[in-house]
Amino acid sequence: RFTSRPQFTNCPTMIVMVGLPARGKTYISKKLTRYLNWIGVPTQVFNLGQYRREVVQTYKNYEFFRPDNEEAMKIRRSCASNALKDIANYFTKEQGQVAVFDATNTTRERRGAIISFAKEKGYKVFFIESVCDDPEIIEANIMQVKLSSPDYENYDKEEALVDFLKRIDCYKMSYVPLDEEKDRHLSFIKIFNVGSRYLVNRVQDHIQSRIVYYLMNIHVTPRSIYLSRHGESELNLLGRIGGDTGLSSQGQKYAKALAEFIRGQSIKDLKVWTSHMKRTIQTAEALGVPYEQWKALNEIDAGVCEEMTYEEIQATHPEEFALRDQDKYRYRYPKGESYEDLVHRLEPVIMELERQENVLVICHQAVMRCLLAYFLDKSADDLPYLKCPLHTVLKLTPLAYGCKVESFYLNIQAVNTHRDRPTNVNVARKPEEALQTVPEHL
Amino acid sequence: MSTEQELTQTPLLKLWLPGMGRALGQRRGSSRPQFTNCPTMIVMVGLPARGKTYISKKLTRYLNWIGVPTQGECISCASNALKDIANYFTKEQGQVAVFDATNTTRERRGAIISFAKEKGYKVFFIESVCDDPEIIEANIMQVKLSSPDYENYDKEEALVDFLKRIDCYKMSYVPLDEEKDRHLSFIKIFNVGSRYLVNRVQDHIQSRIVYYLMNIHVTPRSIYLSRHGESELNLLGRIGGDTGLSSQGQKYAKALAEFIRGQSIKDLKVWTSHMKRTIQTAEALGVPYEQWKALNEIDAGVCEEMTYEEIQATHPEEFALRDQDKYRYRYPKGESYEDLVHRLEPVIMELERQENVLVICHQAVMRCLLAYFLDKSADDLPYLKCPLHTVLKLTPLAYGCKVESFYLNIQAVNTHRDRPTNVNVARKPEEALQTVPEHL
Repeated sequence: RFTSRPQFTNCPTMIVMVGLPARGKTYISKKLTRYLNWIGVPTQVFNLGQYRREVVQTYKNYEFFRPDNEEAMKIRRSCASNALKDIANYFTKEQGQVAVFDATNTTRERRGAIISFAKEKGYKVFFIESVCDDPEIIEANIMQVKLSSPDYENYDKEEALVDFLKRIDCYKMSYVPLDEEKDRHLSFIKIFNVGSRYLVNRVQDHIQSRIVYYLMNIHVTPRSIYLSRHGESELNLLGRIGGDTGLSSQGQKYAKALAEFIRGQSIKDLKVWTSHMKRTIQTAEALGVPYEQWKALNEIDAGVCEEMTYEEIQATHPEEFALRDQDKYRYRYPKGESYEDLVHRLEPVIMELERQENVLVICHQAVMRCLLAYFLDKSADDLPYLKCPLHTVLKLTPLAYGCKVESFYLNIQAVNTHRDRPTNVNVARKPEEALQTVPEHL
Repeated sequence: MSTEQELTQTPLLKLWLPGMGRALGQRRGSSRPQFTNCPTMIVMVGLPARGKTYISKKLTRYLNWIGVPTQGECISCASNALKDIANYFTKEQGQVAVFDATNTTRERRGAIISFAKEKGYKVFFIESVCDDPEIIEANIMQVKLSSPDYENYDKEEALVDFLKRIDCYKMSYVPLDEEKDRHLSFIKIFNVGSRYLVNRVQDHIQSRIVYYLMNIHVTPRSIYLSRHGESELNLLGRIGGDTGLSSQGQKYAKALAEFIRGQSIKDLKVWTSHMKRTIQTAEALGVPYEQWKALNEIDAGVCEEMTYEEIQATHPEEFALRDQDKYRYRYPKGESYEDLVHRLEPVIMELERQENVLVICHQAVMRCLLAYFLDKSADDLPYLKCPLHTVLKLTPLAYGCKVESFYLNIQAVNTHRDRPTNVNVARKPEEALQTVPEHL
């Protein structure tokens, strides 16, 4: 009778993008999908352009998109219908909860067909329309993501730009934006000029409310996010997990090296965040700049296993140790937390990271894995095994639809704290098998 | 280690601070995330009876609860109000001031913007637009007729008079405009939330305010708060832990089920924590329920499962610090009430979205939730009375909340420990244990 996590919604939701080409629909679709999956809502993007490219193997030119091109219209309608079929399949057979239909959907007719489909199947519909009339933004979008599209493989840049602008014109004629009055019974958000203004109509439930909140917090201003763990700690040296100790001498060296590195990056208006734990604060102190402490950035709580070595955990809690290897993401330490709990706790940090510009987050291994998984769209299965070694800064810079990662090892020796999944995860395994992948320590 | 990197942990809040004896004002680490870096004026806009005061009071209550010092001012005299707001920011460390008035002309709003610009305050407008005569009349009946202005009127006369009052404002009312006011930061709320226009959200606190406003509603409903039934550890006077219900606790679970059935609540949602005792209580109801980890009891860290006597014996200093500032005191390796509030914020947000909900939780958690609904200060919050086997029914009413208390007549221990007279670290054990309730 119970559900172990709060229900975000009680039926599948279709998020329907609306807008002329080069208005950021795919950018929003992918980013939103990444966010929803990270917070635990199974979500998938259905991009109509991809369906079209599968049917029409080679793109010739903008004439495909002319409203009077009957043959092309047939193909496009059939693609849309296939996408809807796949969406239904995703909901019924793959336990999806949210499907993002990434297409222009610029006519009332097309939107009406989607609404009927959803009504018949019992899905909720939420529209996200991106409206932009700033030619500079549009051209920048085209340069960033359209020119590298498979459609323009054999074009040179200027020709591609000209063709794409003509493509947009094909849609403009028949574009009917969502209307405050005529569409007052629909649930939607209209985003104007990359977020300076929003119109929000009839938010139906929790997940739509969270989606609106997220959309209103993201921005496209170029910036970088730096992720680092604290410097090596006393407990790290002893191979013990958790606790709240200070930095070892190597850790202190790292703090100084980090300060130098940050200075060298010449970052504008850098914000520095730490956890409430001594080791991250000591690391930040060496930077000599103001920093904010977030309790939410504290390391995963290992409950009864706090401050133990893996050998001790195997000796005292062999069953728990095996269960953790079986499902490291969902496993919760007795009186402690799971990675899944961590993600939930970190959600406000992610939201604030989205709002901010240049930020350096000094945190912990499990926490850094969760944050990294969000930025790099890693699955729950991969997340707990992401490599986040000590004394290494990761610089994340948004690029096109994803994130560029640069890794800087600051050349200060540190222990390895990464324990891979061992081969045998069975509860009945031998101690040596359990401890097969434990990294060396004092 | 260099003295700069030496850290000491503050006894009450368990915060790591650099150096020994470095003045608090000089430290670079701020112990909580900054919501905003300068004071913010929230300026209400709208004709009378559009819910401005309702929104102001509710928003003020929410912001104070999450730790943003906020003051609401129902203004009749503008120039004094602005002086009071400036005073609140400079002398009383306020962070947000809500200016609750019609502010229906561009001229008036322009004056406020100039004032704020000169002082370095941010401005965020909240406009409530409503043209549904039924809603307006309902508002007038609910909150205006009981106003001191209408003490000597009968209901019909008051309504007529108030509608004429609105007409006086209508003539000069210029709503915020998408185009003309595109450089301002604002939210326009249409028809009690069916539509919103949001323009230029500047910072974190404005973003949180917008999110909150978009989640609240005015549909009548009730929220039921209850603790789990009496637990095994309750009987032994031990705090925390994760035990099951005692036999009295099981009786309560059945009584609660009967009580809930008797209330004939439409579409009731039931929420519990992840702890055995709330789940056992919910099981007796025989209806679906949702488990929220955020509803878990306050983590008493090293003091988990101890009696107060044991805490006094093993951690007398901690015990005294807790009595000195129960709201901010953090158990070693545990939490404070302040941490709890932060953890409960998503629960409150979802409670705002929902309609009829029964929350089965724990003493400290229930105190935090109750403080939100009843606008209790951080000083009062940790001492709110939330006895076992008692259901509190909260129903929004006018600008506040009606509370009905139902003791279900199943005997239980008392778990409420009042603040003792002597909170000094040097006090004797008897003084520390003066207010400990009886247990086995």
